[in-house]
Amino acid sequence: MSEICGGIFTSHVPGIGKAIAQNLQQDPYWKPFFDGFNPVHEWLAEEKPDVAVVFYNDHGLNFFLDKMPTFAIGAAPQYTHEDEGWGIAFQRPYPGHPDLSWHIIEQVVASEFDPVTCQSMVVDHAVAVPYELCWPGKEPFPLKLVPIAINTVQHPLPSPKRCYELGKAVGRAIESWSGNEKVVIFGTGGLSHQLEGERAGHINVDYDKFCLRNIGPDPEALLQHDTLDIVELAGSQGVEILNWIAARGALTGSVRELASNYHVPISNTAAATVLMENRATVAA
Amino acid sequence: MSQVSGPSGTGKRAIPGTLVFDGDIAQDGYAINAMCYSFNSEANRKKFVEDEETYMDSFNLTDAQREAVRNRDVLGMLSAGGNVYYLAKLAGILGLNVQDLGALQTGLSLDEFRANLLSHAVTETRVADKGRTAA
Repeated sequence: MSEICGGIFTSHVPGIGKAIAQNLQQDPYWKPFFDGFNPVHEWLAEEKPDVAVVFYNDHGLNFFLDKMPTFAIGAAPQYTHEDEGWGIAFQRPYPGHPDLSWHIIEQVVASEFDPVTCQSMVVDHAVAVPYELCWPGKEPFPLKLVPIAINTVQHPLPSPKRCYELGKAVGRAIESWSGNEKVVIFGTGGLSHQLEGERAGHINVDYDKFCLRNIGPDPEALLQHDTLDIVELAGSQGVEILNWIAARGALTGSVRELASNYHVPISNTAAATVLMENRATVAA
Repeated sequence: MSQVSGPSGTGKRAIPGTLVFDGDIAQDGYAINAMCYSFNSEANRKKFVEDEETYMDSFNLTDAQREAVRNRDVLGMLSAGGNVYYLAKLAGILGLNVQDLGALQTGLSLDEFRANLLSHAVTETRVADKGRTAA
């Protein structure tokens, strides 16, 4: 049986990728955000997970409006990041894990979800930036990837409850996987931000703090708002919290926050990084 | 500000200053978004820079979309169906970052827009004790 050792939740702002490309981690503007990854690096060095299952949203690299899946699960032997329009393409490939991908697909379909399956896909900054943050440098990435894309672009978006249930189904699938591997779950994006319209620049510190306070101990508190409530509260891109909600759903054991860093602003975004451990629930 | 658009637009929830990019708007905006999606390719970005009009022709942009692109009118691109995730690729060609876009859309100067973001400035960090206990 495989084990889910924890969850990493982080913003994925493209500007972070640019800052990495320009080596600005110690710059006073960026340092408070990058420093939030110190506990994550220590934890990863200790845990050494074999697989990352990443809930994220594509911003127009792999998917366009011609075919826009609500949920899509990657099942490729390898993934790459490519130029998204501003000339940055991270070079290190992401080894895939088709056997586990197909196991997850089988199990979530058995749980009555209907994902699109992708034997070939590219991943955008929503996967690439978190990977660069967690494993900086040039060494090959030390784990395999199963990417799970959630539509946060074109409404209607899936409901927070549906995303949470998908996460739970993925968590059950991983725990029933015979591979005897250690898995870390990622939820990327957020927190509050809005790039477009007269309300561009919208940030809601109160809502973000509500999410940060509850995502670990009481994730169902985040399900009280529907998708449009979240758009209103967190901004039209703040709705990326759906990826966090799904990822939290996959942590099905005893969950404890190990580290949390909230820093406003990074670019136009209220940025956050949270690390949680997930341990088997102790039986009586 | 209203996000009501298209035949099924009645009864939609209005969120101040915010366009909810739904099926109606996605249909209106298909051409401009398709053009912007093509800018993932550097060769296509060059083609656009060399001859914007011909490039817009090749994606059949609507008159409103062309006019908004010509005028670098971000709100006009949005109201003609543009989605910011795709428009960001065009903004890159035009040398605009998301703060520039924010300033253009809100009518603020760049400094004012940045000051607005900084008015929310906060850093809060928590790190748990090292001891690993089942919670």
